[in-house]
Amino acid sequence: MNVLAQSHGRLTLPGENLLDIRNLCVFFRGDSGWLQMLKDVSLTVKPGEVVGLVGESGCGKSLTALSVLNLLPLRGCRRTGQILFEGEDLVPVSESGMRAIRGRRIGMIFQEPMSALDPVFTVGTQISETVLAHLNVSRKEADERTVEALANVGIASPRNVAAMYPMSLSGGMRQRVMIAIALICEPRLLIADEPTTALDVTIQAQIMDLLLELGSRTGIAILFITHNLGLVAESCSRMLTMYAGEIVEDGPVQDILARPLHPYTAGLLGSLPHRQARKSRLSSIPGRVPSITEMPSGCRFGPRCSYAEPECNAPQSLLPLGARHVRCRRHETLSLAGSGHE
Amino acid sequence: MHKLPLVIGNRLWQLLPIIVLATFVVFALLHLVPGDPALVLAGDYASDERLAEIRKLYGFDQPLVVQYGLWLLQVVQGDLGRSLLSSQPVLEMILHRLPNTLLIATYALVVAAFVGIPLGVLAAARSGSRLDSFVTSIASLGVALPSFWLAMLLVLHFSLQLRLFPTTGAVYFTTDPLAAIHYATLPSLALAVGVIAELTRQVRSALLEVFNSQYIRTLRAKGLSRTAIVWQHGLRNISVTLLTLLGLQVNRLLSGAVVIEAVFAIPGVGTLVSYSAINKDFPVVQGVVLILVTMVILINLIVDIFSALLDPRVAEAS
Repeated sequence: MNVLAQSHGRLTLPGENLLDIRNLCVFFRGDSGWLQMLKDVSLTVKPGEVVGLVGESGCGKSLTALSVLNLLPLRGCRRTGQILFEGEDLVPVSESGMRAIRGRRIGMIFQEPMSALDPVFTVGTQISETVLAHLNVSRKEADERTVEALANVGIASPRNVAAMYPMSLSGGMRQRVMIAIALICEPRLLIADEPTTALDVTIQAQIMDLLLELGSRTGIAILFITHNLGLVAESCSRMLTMYAGEIVEDGPVQDILARPLHPYTAGLLGSLPHRQARKSRLSSIPGRVPSITEMPSGCRFGPRCSYAEPECNAPQSLLPLGARHVRCRRHETLSLAGSGHE
Repeated sequence: MHKLPLVIGNRLWQLLPIIVLATFVVFALLHLVPGDPALVLAGDYASDERLAEIRKLYGFDQPLVVQYGLWLLQVVQGDLGRSLLSSQPVLEMILHRLPNTLLIATYALVVAAFVGIPLGVLAAARSGSRLDSFVTSIASLGVALPSFWLAMLLVLHFSLQLRLFPTTGAVYFTTDPLAAIHYATLPSLALAVGVIAELTRQVRSALLEVFNSQYIRTLRAKGLSRTAIVWQHGLRNISVTLLTLLGLQVNRLLSGAVVIEAVFAIPGVGTLVSYSAINKDFPVVQGVVLILVTMVILINLIVDIFSALLDPRVAEAS
């Protein structure tokens, strides 16, 4: 189909994917040639859906998020595969073409609200400039929308806050401002990269509630990136587990929590604190993520897996299994423990 | 911005000891010269009666602190004493020549800002490119070039060969602005090159630091254009560094003017101070140093005020 015919504003058909990442690979230029940071990452987000992308630090989940908007470094970086958004492949889109998508059709929020806002511009300016960059509105109209957006993210005196500099706001307030910036142009997809990790626990809950409430009110789809499985259990309908630059498991959250198929997912579930009641102490996954230069040729989790067999040293593919996928040849013989709640 | 009066008040308060110290050093200039200041003032072969007369006239028989107080009182009233050579009031001599110096210093600063800042921004925006390495190496060269040598090259090429500009002299800005600028062009360019190089390098490195910040990624994620990110957000974030830098460059320009005025035979403050120093006309040297020190202090005050205006964090800190 012609790419032009299916660009801006077209509504996605029911059941069709809003975001469809197919075999995304990302390479960084190293001292001795290209290093593969992501290997064949595929994931889908349907309109209005909340999808969790889970994994340890450095597994490539943030890199996947940044790749969608091509916010990777401008030099020394290469992507292959397809990133279909509303049917249009974003990988070949130029930098100026991406500008029309960033903040307008896909919004993004980051982990560190303390450093993600420009310190020398007022909060109001930083929100309204997004409107002015994308929509053909007057400055006055943009200012009104700014105040409205701040009110929408639960800020009590939006007019006062709009005139403030980021340094006078708390972390939670700054993250609300970030959400206001990301949502002001009413995008259809929000990528939330660890949006609550840097916040206090009580504030974390508030921000998550706000995101989910805004999500259900506006029908925006959310790709939620986190290492916190508890948050995924509460907020997402589907989840994907990433390990060392690969997707290792993918399926409905309830199914995965009840019966994980990949030993790594099971390990993550085992390290959740609410199992403490049944176990004397928290379990952890032994070993570390292999470095990018010494990646095993077979199962990448193999060296840390307590179920590994010699056959696991052969390359593993993502096996379809009904609504789920798993990258483990032993999934049928293993019976792994779920989270135990629900 | 309601904090601004507070910032200014604070800075003025902090300036007080600096002003006292600076004026004392200027005053003590005469006493730092080895030997009896009266001998210095009287010159060689003065009679004993003449020396006693001078001691009384200048109050050298009184304690140093009293002398300083009396001197400061005179200075505040605008009396900087008289030249030993021409007996003209020192303040008058300085004010007569100051416009020429200010013209080339300002001219050089404006040229340097309009060339150096964009060059630094371009180099930073395309860091790692060929343009960047070209600009960076030219800037390193510019920092190393002595201005008087450059001045001679400029004269050789633009006035002696191409005959575009006069070789020496100056015209008062108030007499004929266009001619004044014409005369001031080569000296200003000679002065500006070093400042351009310094500005380019500093702007580039300050911007590169800003570009590595997390908020730049947010700006990209919002869909802002590269131009808006670099010129609005980038420049605004380095504005305090830039202002401080410009303030320092003014100091550098004022001292650089001494040499450049000599090369171009411009009747400015620089030539006045070098001539007076050679001829031991100490009241004049003292007066010039006092005026220059005052200007530097004032410029720093202005830089501080504007920094507080431009960056909310500076206002918060004080």
